Amino acid sequence: MSIFKRKDEKSIRSRNLRNRSNRSILHISYAVSLVFVLLMAYFLYFVFCGSQSVIGNTYNPRLDLFSERIVRGEIKSSEGEVLAYTEVDETGGESRKYPFGELFCHMTGYSTKGKTGMESLGNFYLLSSHINLIEQIRNEILGEKSPGDNIWLTVSLELQRTAYEALGDRRGAVMAMDPTTGRVLCMVSKPGFDPNSINEDWEEITSEENDRGQLLNRAAQGSYPPGSIFKIFTVLEYMHEHPYDYQDFSYVCDGTYEDGEGNTISCYGNEAHGEQDLYEAFANSCNGAFAVIGAEINIEKAMELNTELLFNSKLPLDLPYTRSSYSLTDSDTDFLKELTGMGQGNTLVSPAHMLMVTAAIANDGVLMKPMFTDRLESAGGEFFKSFKPEEYGRIMSPEDAERLSEMMRLVVTEGTGSAFRDAAYEACVKTGSAEYDNGERTHAWCLSFVRAEGENAPSDIAVAVIVEDGKSGGATAAPIARQVTDRLFETLKN
Amino acid sequence: MINIYIEISKYLIIIIMALYTFCNFRYFGVADDTARDEYCRFQRRSVLLLQLISYSVIFLKTNDNRVIVLFLLSAVFTATYLKLSVLFYKNISKLLLNNMCMLLSLGMIMLTRLDIKDAMRQFVIIVISAVATWIIPLVIDKVWGLISWSFLYIGLGIVLLLAVLFTGSVTYGAKMALSFGGFSFQPAEFVKITFVFFAASMLGRSVDFKNIFITSSIAALHVLILIACRDLGTALIFFMAYVIILYIATGRKLYVFLGGGMFSLASLGAYRMFSHVRTRVEAWIDPWSDITNKGYQIAHSLFAIGTGGFAGMGLMQGMPERIPIVEKDFIFSAISEEMGAAVALCIILICLGCFLQMMTIATYMDMSFYKLVAVGLGFEYAVQVFLTIGGVTKFIPSTGVTLPFVSYGGSSILSSFILFMTIEGLYLIKKNEDEAFGDEYDLSYDEEYGGEDDSVYESEYEADDREEI
Repeated sequence: MSIFKRKDEKSIRSRNLRNRSNRSILHISYAVSLVFVLLMAYFLYFVFCGSQSVIGNTYNPRLDLFSERIVRGEIKSSEGEVLAYTEVDETGGESRKYPFGELFCHMTGYSTKGKTGMESLGNFYLLSSHINLIEQIRNEILGEKSPGDNIWLTVSLELQRTAYEALGDRRGAVMAMDPTTGRVLCMVSKPGFDPNSINEDWEEITSEENDRGQLLNRAAQGSYPPGSIFKIFTVLEYMHEHPYDYQDFSYVCDGTYEDGEGNTISCYGNEAHGEQDLYEAFANSCNGAFAVIGAEINIEKAMELNTELLFNSKLPLDLPYTRSSYSLTDSDTDFLKELTGMGQGNTLVSPAHMLMVTAAIANDGVLMKPMFTDRLESAGGEFFKSFKPEEYGRIMSPEDAERLSEMMRLVVTEGTGSAFRDAAYEACVKTGSAEYDNGERTHAWCLSFVRAEGENAPSDIAVAVIVEDGKSGGATAAPIARQVTDRLFETLKN
Repeated sequence: MINIYIEISKYLIIIIMALYTFCNFRYFGVADDTARDEYCRFQRRSVLLLQLISYSVIFLKTNDNRVIVLFLLSAVFTATYLKLSVLFYKNISKLLLNNMCMLLSLGMIMLTRLDIKDAMRQFVIIVISAVATWIIPLVIDKVWGLISWSFLYIGLGIVLLLAVLFTGSVTYGAKMALSFGGFSFQPAEFVKITFVFFAASMLGRSVDFKNIFITSSIAALHVLILIACRDLGTALIFFMAYVIILYIATGRKLYVFLGGGMFSLASLGAYRMFSHVRTRVEAWIDPWSDITNKGYQIAHSLFAIGTGGFAGMGLMQGMPERIPIVEKDFIFSAISEEMGAAVALCIILICLGCFLQMMTIATYMDMSFYKLVAVGLGFEYAVQVFLTIGGVTKFIPSTGVTLPFVSYGGSSILSSFILFMTIEGLYLIKKNEDEAFGDEYDLSYDEEYGGEDDSVYESEYEADDREEI
C-alpha cells in the first residue's frame, strides 16, 4: 500500500530520467511565465496609457459617479474666455451656464440632455480634479465637492464670432483649422440653439414640425452635394492619368454642354467661357470641360483616389460626423459620369471632410488630425497637460498638393475666387455652387487656404464655408471665408 | 468621515496584497523552514486583515447586518481551515493553502458587495467543498495504484461529457451544465481532473507508439465531445493540457509543434464554423463599433478596469454591477475596478505563483505518473487563469471560462478544490517520503530543475516504465 517500496536500486537511474523530464517542466514554466508577464505588461499598459480614451466613452456609466464628488470644470476658448461653467447655488444645486449662448452651441455642446460636443469629448477631464492633495483631503473630510479641471480649446472666440456674424441669418456652416497642426480655429453651424435653455426648448426643437435642424452640427454632420469644389478631385484624377500632357487639355465652352444624347449641362449663369485649358477650366469652374473629363476618366481609379481622400470612410474626427459618399461605378450612364465629374451626381460631402482635404493640400499633402482640445488646467490655474498635434498621414503626394495649390491660386487671380483678389496675402481658393432640389436652388461653397508668409499672413489657415441656398459660391461663401482669414491675421498682428 | 475611511482602506488593501504577494515569491528565496513558516504566518494574517477591512467597508456602506455575519463566518472558516489542515497534514504546502484562502476571500468580498445572497450561497459551497475534498491528500498519499485505474477515468470522463452533450442545457451558446432538482452542475469542470489522471496513467506506463496512439485517440474523443457541446474554452484547456502531458512524458518537442499546428487549424475551423466564435473575435478586434451588442461585455469590462485605474474606485464606489456576468467570467474586472489594478495585478502574480509551485512539486515527484498529474493539473490551471484574465482585459478573445476560486459557481469552486488538494496530496507523498528516508535529495528549487544530459538512458527509460505495469 505504500509507494515507499519503489525507492530502491533503481533510484540512481530514475534520478537521471527525472532530470530529463524536469528540464521539460522547466521549459514549460518559463514559457507560461513569459506569457503571464506579457499579460501583466499589457494590463498595466492599458491601465496607465490605453484607458483614457476608453473611459471617456459616452457609454461608460461610471462618469456620472464622478459628478457626485466633483463640480464639472470649465470650457474656455483659446483666449481663455469662459464658454461653459457650472454655477453652484447656496443649497448646492448646480446649473451649467454658457455665457455666449448660441455662439458656441455645437462646439461646447450641452450636458443635460445627454452630452454632445466638448461636454461629451472632454467629459472625463471635466470630471477629474487636479487640485492639490491637501485641498482634496480637506474637501473629502468636509464632504465638499472638488472643482473639476478646465479645458482650453483651440477654438478662438474672435474667429468664432467673426464666422458667426458673417454667416448672418443664413443656414450653413463655417469651419477653419491650422493645416500644419490640425488646431480647429472655429466651427459654426447655423441655425443653432441656446444651450442655456436646452431643457426648456427641447420639445420645440425636437418636434416633428421643426425642420430647422438646430441640433445638427452642419460642419461635421451636414451632407451636401459638393458642386464645383469636387473639381479638385476630378482634376487630380485627370492629372494622374495624363501626367505629361494634362496641360494640352483644351475645351471650347459656349455656356452649355450637350452630350449628344439630349442631355445638357450648363455653366453657372450660362456663362460662355470660350477656349479653356485645364487651369482655366478649373479657375472658371467650367462645367462643360469637367463633364468631358468626368466621362473620360477611369472610374475604378477615381474610386481608389477618392477613397484615399477619405470618401466612404472614417474621418480622423472625434465629433460625430456623416461620412462623405461617392458611388460612381463603370456601369453607370455617361451622363451620370459627366455630372459626377463636375460635382453633381450622387456625391455627398461634409464640410469637415472638405476642410481636411483643403488643409492637406495646404500642408504638402499631409493631413493633420483636427484637434479641439489645447490644454488642461487645474481649478488652481495650473496647466498640467497640453495636447500635441497628431499626424493622420499623407493623403496625396507633395507634387499633387503643389499642382492643386497652383490651380487654386489661379481661381483667385483669374477665376471665381475674386473675393480674395485684393487681399494682402496669397490665398488659394475653390468655390462651388451646388445644385439641389432638381437644380432649382444652389448651395454656396468655398474652400480656401493661406500659407504663412511674413506679416501679411502670419499663420497658416484653411477654411471651409457652406451657405445653404446661398446661390453663388464666389459671391456668398468666399467673402465669409475671407472675413475669417482676415480676422485671424488681424488678431495675430496685434 | 466614511469616505476617508474608504479612501484609506483602499490603500491599506493594496499594501496588504502587495506584501502578501511578495511573501509568495520570497518564500523560495529562503532555505530554512522557520523563516518560511514566518512568511506563511504573515500571509495567514494578511488574509484575515483583508477580510476585516473589506467587510467593514461594505458594512459601513450598506448597513446590512448580514455582512457582519458573513465576515465572522469567513474569518472563522479561514482560520479553522488553515489550522486544521496543518494539524492533520503536517507536511502540507502552507503556501498553496494560503493562496487558496486568499483567492477565495477576494472572490467572497466582491460577491458580498455585488449580491449578498449569492455570497452566502457561495460560502456554503466553499465550506462543503472544503470538507468534501479534505480527504483527497490522504487518498493520494496512501492509495497506491491510482495509476492502474485508467478505465475508470476514461469511463467517468466520457460518460459525463456525453451526458452533457445529450441532456445538457445551453447557456451563452454552449452546452455546459446538467441540471436536476434545481441544482445545475458543469461536468466538464470535473472531467478536467479525470482527464489528466487518464492521460497521466496511460502515458506514465509506457510511451511506445501504440500506447501514444490509443491515448491520443481517447483524448481527442474528450475534446471532440466538448467541441460538439460548443464548450470551446474547456476544449482548448483539455487539448493544451494533453499536449503538455505528452511532451513531458516523451520529452519530444515535436508534439508541442504538432499541437501548435493542430491548434492553429482548429482555431481557423472554429472561426469558420461557429458564429459565436466569430462574434467574440470581432468583439475582440473592435468592441467599440458595436458597443451595444457584440462589444457590450468587453467594453463594459474595459470601462470598469479603466475607470478604476491603478488604485481602484474603492469598495462600493464603482459600478461593477453594470458588467454582464460579472460574478462569473468578469469577476476580475469587478475587482480591478473597485480594489484597483494593483490588486488585480497581485491576483495574476498569485495565480502564476500557484502554477510555479505546482511545477516545482511536479519536479519533486519520482514516479512518472505523479509527475504527469502535477504538470497536467498545473498547466490546466494556468491556461484557465490566462484565458479568463486575458479575455476580460481584451488581451485575447474571450472564451467564457471562470477564474478558479474567485468566480461564483459551485462546480468551479469544487473542481478548483479537488485540483489543489490533489496537488497537496502529491506534495505530501514527497514530503512524507523524505521524512521517512531522510533528506536524500535536496529539495531546493534550483537543483531540482538542473540535471545532466541523459539521452543514453532514453531507451532504458521506456523499457523500465513498461515493467512497472
